[in-house]
Amino acid sequence: MERIFLDNNATTLVDPGVRDAMEPFYSQMYGNPNSLHAFGIEVRPYLHRAMEQLYAGIGATDADDVVINSCATEGNNTVIMGMYFSLLKETRKKSIVTTELEHPSIREACRFLELQGVKVTYLCPNADGLITAEMVREKITDTTALVSVMWANNETGQILPVEEIGEVCRERGVYMHTDAVQAVGKLPIDVSSFPVDFLTFSAHKFHGPKGIGGIYMRKGVRLPPLLHGGEQMGGHRAGTVNVPGFVGMGYAMELATKNLEYEQKHVRRLRDKLEDALLKIKDVLVVGERRMRTPNTVFVSIRGVEGEALIWDLNQAGIAASTGSACASESLEASPILTAIGADKELAHTGVRFSLSRFTTEAEIDYTIEVVNKTIIRLRSVSTSY
Amino acid sequence: MAKNDLIGGSLWEQYSKKVADRMNNPRHFGELTEEDARRMNGKLVIANEGAESCGDTVRLYWIVGNDDEVIKAAAFKSFGCGTAIAATDMMAEMCIGKTVDEATKITNLDVERALRDTEDAAAVPPQKMHCSVMASEVIKRAAAIYRNVDIATLEEKDIVCECARVTLQTVENAIRVNDLTSVEEITDYTKAGAFCKSCIRPGGHEKRKYYLVDILARVRAEMAHEQNPDQIQLDDFSTMSVVKKIRALEQVLDAEVRPVLARDGGGVELEDLHCDDTGACIVEVRYKGACKGCAGSVAGTLGFIQQALQEKLSTSIEVKVA
Repeated sequence: MERIFLDNNATTLVDPGVRDAMEPFYSQMYGNPNSLHAFGIEVRPYLHRAMEQLYAGIGATDADDVVINSCATEGNNTVIMGMYFSLLKETRKKSIVTTELEHPSIREACRFLELQGVKVTYLCPNADGLITAEMVREKITDTTALVSVMWANNETGQILPVEEIGEVCRERGVYMHTDAVQAVGKLPIDVSSFPVDFLTFSAHKFHGPKGIGGIYMRKGVRLPPLLHGGEQMGGHRAGTVNVPGFVGMGYAMELATKNLEYEQKHVRRLRDKLEDALLKIKDVLVVGERRMRTPNTVFVSIRGVEGEALIWDLNQAGIAASTGSACASESLEASPILTAIGADKELAHTGVRFSLSRFTTEAEIDYTIEVVNKTIIRLRSVSTSY
Repeated sequence: MAKNDLIGGSLWEQYSKKVADRMNNPRHFGELTEEDARRMNGKLVIANEGAESCGDTVRLYWIVGNDDEVIKAAAFKSFGCGTAIAATDMMAEMCIGKTVDEATKITNLDVERALRDTEDAAAVPPQKMHCSVMASEVIKRAAAIYRNVDIATLEEKDIVCECARVTLQTVENAIRVNDLTSVEEITDYTKAGAFCKSCIRPGGHEKRKYYLVDILARVRAEMAHEQNPDQIQLDDFSTMSVVKKIRALEQVLDAEVRPVLARDGGGVELEDLHCDDTGACIVEVRYKGACKGCAGSVAGTLGFIQQALQEKLSTSIEVKVA
């Protein structure tokens, strides 16, 4: 058996078609699109096409801005820092509402703004692991400038009620941002009929290359740039455009949109097969209702089996998965989601995430089910609690 | 930060081959029973350390020979990551054939060294050293259980980190044995301070009895003093300026007296100092916390403080309650 990649919420395989689409821009067509000469001229149509693909993929209208940048971390920082320099620093808007679930690029950017005197509210997920529109409404005050809530959770795949939260923001005249890295390519997205002002995404989460991403900014909404310099991206983001990455992201978006149905049907079916098999094992808990998750993700807690130990064994068998608890990282903190949903304290370090993609095969899932079962038997035989 | 630190994520690559091997094939996992103990003419000892909510637990089983106190068999169970399983497996192996006394002398560094592939390359990265600490701590617990010492009540009072259930003794030991110099290292080695961080320094989520910064400062001072005991010369005290005298007194109180009083929830403050021409000094102190208003503190504790100051500084010191 070849290696099996079930960590697609971390990153994904670059679709071979995307790779082919990018290749000419590493060889013949290496011009800078801002140049006046032929080398620049010949590149530009490809960028326009990539723009069309991105706008179509998320349903942006021509009057909106989709600013291409290097990754979702840059996009998230652009929104948070931009809010600071355009509103929070000078006006009576002094606060941000966000959640404990957010990616570090939101969380740490907010912590940094706290040092500058901005008040930040971090909403804790409820017993279902979710943030509701009501929870957001309660925390919005007259001084709130921005609400930032992720669309889908990276750890559990749970889909948050971003639309309802956006409606609340509209009502209260507050900007709404959503980090949609885990939603783009897995869920249909149409910002034209969706109450968000900013949306960030990253190509490598939907079979595009690493090092390229974007921010959607609703028509009429302006933010100062994070990177100052040349006039690229209409002055929204300076820096020579990553041409191959941009072209690749555009095509990856088109493919992702075409594959949404496959994702909903076939990826979901394989995920459900894996999930059903996991649930047959004694003392296994899956976080989040199945229908309310991205179709590719299952997050399990297996009593008596420490998360890092499980992914160690899976890795030995050639399977890549990821821990929810961060024993494997430097912070040692327990899974916030397992703590939030009120799972026993003993389970805080037992979380493991499997995330599939459209390249995952049935044979891979069958093999994974077999290995996981064996591994759990082994680790429980060593475990103090079994 | 420098070249080698800029690309992260190499946690598993830093495990030695021995660690990986013992993770994949632990030799000594399992349980021992009373039946095993009878068969081997020994006493069964079972000790638990850690909590699942903190990420690791270990249970150590010993069969200690009835005649010779030699550990005839050892086994373990562990809830934890690969390094926890590997360190515990190695620890169990190292116990076998030793007397209980000898086994208690196994330090976390001994366990870690035994897991190295080569002498100068660490077996695990710093943030996994706590696994080896836990492996050596469970030995101490097993020995206490074997000897019927009530380790639980003793340690309850001395918990430094509630989240990871790390005791004062464990922290002090880790600092001494591994020559730790920063709070971050203490966290890597013991997990104390890794979670809510309240125990790192005053001002966290909750008020704590002990703070890692204080423990580190005190133990480092003790270690420096042990290495160079002549730092404060006996009788030099009489020739010191008042400021230096007060400093020296504080130093001794910090190193010798306060830790002992703190174990009972008490403390002591320097109140005043009177010295006459002959060099005889009266040190006035004020009790704090549990020592305050306790009759026993007048005689017993006062004598203890005076003895410490006389031994460390000058025989002509007399201690009184202000």
